Amino acid sequence: MYPTKYHKPASIADAVAALNGGDEAMLLSGGQTLLATMKQHLAAPSDLVDIRGIAGLSGISANGNELTIGATTTHAEVAGNVDVRRLCPALADLASGIGDTAVRNMGTIGGSIANNDPAADYPAGLLALNATIVTNTREISADDFFEGLFATALDEGEIITAVRVPAPSKAAYAKFAQPASLFALVGVFVADSGSGVRVAVTGAGEDGVFRHAGLEAALTGSMGDASIDAVDISDGNLISDIHGASDYRAHLISVMAKRAVLSL
Amino acid sequence: MTSINMNVNGKAVSGDVPDETLLSEFLREHLRLTGTHIGCDTSQCGACVVHIDGKAVKSCSTLAVSLEGAEVTTIEGLANGDLHPMQVAFNDNHGLQCGFCTPGMIMSGVDMVKRYKAEGKDLTSDAIRAELEGNICRCTGYHNIVKSIEDAAAKM
Amino acid sequence: MSSGIGASVKRKEDKRFTTGKGKYTDDVRNDNQAYAAFVRSPHAHARVKGIDTSAAMAMDGVIDVLNGQQLTGDGIGNIICGWAITSKDGSPMNMGAWSALATEKVRYVGDAVAVVIAETQALARIAAEAVDVDYEELPVAASVLTSMKDGAPQIHENAPGNQIYDWELGDEAAADAGLASATHITSLDLTNNRLSPNPMEPRSAVAKYDDAEDHYTLYTTSQNPHVARLVLSAFYNVAPEHKLRVIAPDVGGGFGAKIYIYPEEITCLWASMKTNRSVKWTSDRSEAFITDAHGRDHVTSAKMGFDDAGKIVGFKVDTIANIGAYMSLFSSSVPTYLYAPLLSGQYNIQNIHCNVRTYYTNTVPVDAYRGAGRPEATYLVERMMETAAREMGMDPAELRRRNFIQEFPHQTPVLMQYDAGDFPKILEMAQETADVAGFPARRAEAEARGKLRGIGYSTFIEACGLAPSKAAGSLGAGVGLWESAEVRVNPVGSIEILTGSHSHGQGHETTFAQVVADRFGVPIENVQIVHGDTDKVQFGMGTYGSRSGPVGMSAVAKALDKVEAKVRKIAAHALEASEDDIVIEGGEVKVAGTDKSMAWHEVGLAAYIAHNLPEGMEPGLKESAFFDPVNFSFPSGAFICEVEVDPDTGTTEIVQFTSADDFGTIINPMIVEGQVHGGVTQGIGQALLEQVVYDEDGQLLNGSYMDYTMPRAADVPSFHVQHHETPSPNNPLGVKGCGEAGAIGSPPAVINAITDAIGTNDLAMPATPQAVWRAIQAGAKSVAAE
Repeated sequence: MYPTKYHKPASIADAVAALNGGDEAMLLSGGQTLLATMKQHLAAPSDLVDIRGIAGLSGISANGNELTIGATTTHAEVAGNVDVRRLCPALADLASGIGDTAVRNMGTIGGSIANNDPAADYPAGLLALNATIVTNTREISADDFFEGLFATALDEGEIITAVRVPAPSKAAYAKFAQPASLFALVGVFVADSGSGVRVAVTGAGEDGVFRHAGLEAALTGSMGDASIDAVDISDGNLISDIHGASDYRAHLISVMAKRAVLSL
Repeated sequence: MTSINMNVNGKAVSGDVPDETLLSEFLREHLRLTGTHIGCDTSQCGACVVHIDGKAVKSCSTLAVSLEGAEVTTIEGLANGDLHPMQVAFNDNHGLQCGFCTPGMIMSGVDMVKRYKAEGKDLTSDAIRAELEGNICRCTGYHNIVKSIEDAAAKM
Repeated sequence: MSSGIGASVKRKEDKRFTTGKGKYTDDVRNDNQAYAAFVRSPHAHARVKGIDTSAAMAMDGVIDVLNGQQLTGDGIGNIICGWAITSKDGSPMNMGAWSALATEKVRYVGDAVAVVIAETQALARIAAEAVDVDYEELPVAASVLTSMKDGAPQIHENAPGNQIYDWELGDEAAADAGLASATHITSLDLTNNRLSPNPMEPRSAVAKYDDAEDHYTLYTTSQNPHVARLVLSAFYNVAPEHKLRVIAPDVGGGFGAKIYIYPEEITCLWASMKTNRSVKWTSDRSEAFITDAHGRDHVTSAKMGFDDAGKIVGFKVDTIANIGAYMSLFSSSVPTYLYAPLLSGQYNIQNIHCNVRTYYTNTVPVDAYRGAGRPEATYLVERMMETAAREMGMDPAELRRRNFIQEFPHQTPVLMQYDAGDFPKILEMAQETADVAGFPARRAEAEARGKLRGIGYSTFIEACGLAPSKAAGSLGAGVGLWESAEVRVNPVGSIEILTGSHSHGQGHETTFAQVVADRFGVPIENVQIVHGDTDKVQFGMGTYGSRSGPVGMSAVAKALDKVEAKVRKIAAHALEASEDDIVIEGGEVKVAGTDKSMAWHEVGLAAYIAHNLPEGMEPGLKESAFFDPVNFSFPSGAFICEVEVDPDTGTTEIVQFTSADDFGTIINPMIVEGQVHGGVTQGIGQALLEQVVYDEDGQLLNGSYMDYTMPRAADVPSFHVQHHETPSPNNPLGVKGCGEAGAIGSPPAVINAITDAIGTNDLAMPATPQAVWRAIQAGAKSVAAE
């Protein structure tokens, strides 16, 4: 790795100062992606600002039908949390399928969505659940937050502090893992808020996570796997790589959507 | 350089290390605890798994400087005197061949048995296979690793 | 419990591995340690026009940056392939020059052009990126089908058309005649997918030059430290053998990848002398993907003809093999003598012809990977048998049975003389355990769950126990393939076995000790196995090709014979008895039919005190032996795989895997079964998950565990493993070798099961979910078209 300077601020203000103080400073949370990237010399931040020492950024609370998940809450914590299990078990299931046990013990929800890997699981969950991403400066709807491959609405110096997730009336996530990395080759999250169905797809889109209008319309009309058969899943703008061509991914979107619906 | 203090295998240790030092490097190069192995550079293989504050973590994907005050257990510190039941089980069931992935397998094995026991869940052989998704072995075909962990679970 | 031959003795070596006390090469750190990082080509084919090291040299902590001109200028020789293959027109193979650090041209992504020596590993890697190499890119041939075409980029000057050799085995006219007489011909075009061996311990080298003694020490991840020393001395001119000690300490798996002597070890030794520092290099996994020799990579067209009775009457094979950018140490032998002689399988085939053409490509060198040639042969033969059975409407087991060789020794038309086996027996064992009779019910039950269930066979033979030196020499091998052993009985009766075999997971410290314990009845704890150090063990050819049992242990057995003979003489003399009446058992040396005896350790002591030895006998109790096998050994097996395919996604689950193997005499069933589990899993990896993929520019597309799929625990089932022993008549213990069987036999069993499940034969490895899904779609389309 290239040399870097490590900071562990105790407050958001100090974190922002450290971020702005370095030439190419980056936030560090669980580090499960960033440190691997640094090892391969694909990232060389001048400074690493570790936000795990900031009080209040970790932990999960439930307020009525809404979950608030701190940015540095680990995947393992989300997977095992009683409130998440009660209000949105699909999100706990999603978290329990990220990486492996050791990765889940370190990786965080804030880190995952800030990175917005096109094959990450959380973006699909938060987008389908119509979550709100809370930062040190504002609140951003998931629809606005995820902008494309590794791209988000976050500004320079902006730090995710929490994610707010309204409990759906029912939701489910079905993932077909890329066999080597265990990231999603295709992951489909279906959430029925009670007033409408949102379907988000990860792993497949050339522009990262996306909502599938056709599936949403079909399932809003009639929630059942038969509805999915009638939906034309275009392979336009889907990824083709050594693990799956776009037509296979399109097919898997349909299959995973059905599996999600059947497990609702 | 940053000065760090942590507790490794029950002993207070300290050192001045470059900020980018990974826990795996700190263990191997600074403390010369070479039982923690590096088998990949993308945090998949699990040969580097140690316990930090009681949880399984990949030491190759964790900065040493971020662990001020942490309790770290490595393969060298797993047993108190006699071998840990997991270590015995790996010998009893031929759960290792070349031995390179073994420290990570044992540390992950101990972690999963403890978690399942704490949660009152049954650690079936299918569950063990699923739990081993973060540990790769090229020698054993996993058959005897699964047996080893099942055996140890019954004795832990 | 017995600790002799046939006992599942727990491994003696496990304690250090389970407690983190194993000592691997990267665990070695010398005083004054420096670190190497290689500057590697990002291009698959390019001319090196200049190397600017100034920025790297200017970095604090950089000790030196060395290049290929300096290396060759110091007389370091080119890397060679040690097995000469002659083309069918009589011309020698076209071996291109391979310098440890490229001088004029780079020929694959990862080809090293310079090395940075620095105070830390991190700094060395950073400085390596600062070395500015001026490349002139050249056209690329990244696959064998590209490189064999007219007008393809010329990779080595002395290999026109990139061809290395055009070789054949067998009688073409006879094979043609056989096929002409056939009432049914099955044709197949198959690709044997390219693999990366991936032992979990990455390769590493720690070289230390001692200027006072002009002596080098190399710690390295090697399966054969003596072979390494031999070629480093004799061919690469690094140092003469008596000035070079090679130590392969604990080695974390090999699978072939650690047989060869690579540019990195050569460079570290040389750089250690140049800098007068100990120089260490440890590969990371990404580097391993672009430097460790890959395996397989064959393209084959074949025809097999049958008569009315289902007997094979002719078999004709045309194979094209990819050697990569350079010829690695044993590369030439893999698609030739380790491949074509196995094309008879377990079957009585009179007419076989095989033609093999090999080509350079702009890819990582290709060499032996677990099984080496034999998996490629087995995959072809066993897919052929299954496909033919389906085409002829026969039970695939019955078709095999009709063609099984039943009498031994059996001479095939492709060199091999099989020594022993019972093929119908092991097939029957496997069928019973796999409950083949119950398969239709299981298939129906799976269908009710929406799953496609299939069953597939592989009945295969290997040639192991490499190899009779004279025979190997006549086929082009540059070395003898015997093994050596030394048995030292110490004055206190404890025994040290020095062996040229090398254990990197095989458990020799236990199994070799069992052979000794079995012979003399001494406790296994009193036997120590010494290996892996050229200063301790006189010589050895190392461990690969399932040779440690049939060859390495046989050398031990032979040395034990000599020790036993001397023990008899000493005891007979001391006990005033006839040598013929001496019995050695249970740690005692007795006179049969009397109460006269000596404890084992008393004989040892007597030998060294030498107060009362037979007239003229030398003191001491130490014997050595070289064992050169008279033939290969021929392990055989019958594998049955049962799969369930999810037609929606194409995902294959292996629901049952049964093996019945004949390894001859088994020393330690627990360890042998472990070898089968691991080998089968690597074969399942080849069949379902693994494939090295290059794009047409020669860029590796899956050079890390993010994209190259290693088998994980959930990808494989628990295995049903069983044995039938027909001892090999060609070595003293009757062992045949067990290291490769699983990897050799399993891929066709898996693919045959999947093709049975989905009802189409057109399926290539790896049978990823996408590939299986496409095969199902294509099958559905062709059915619709009919």
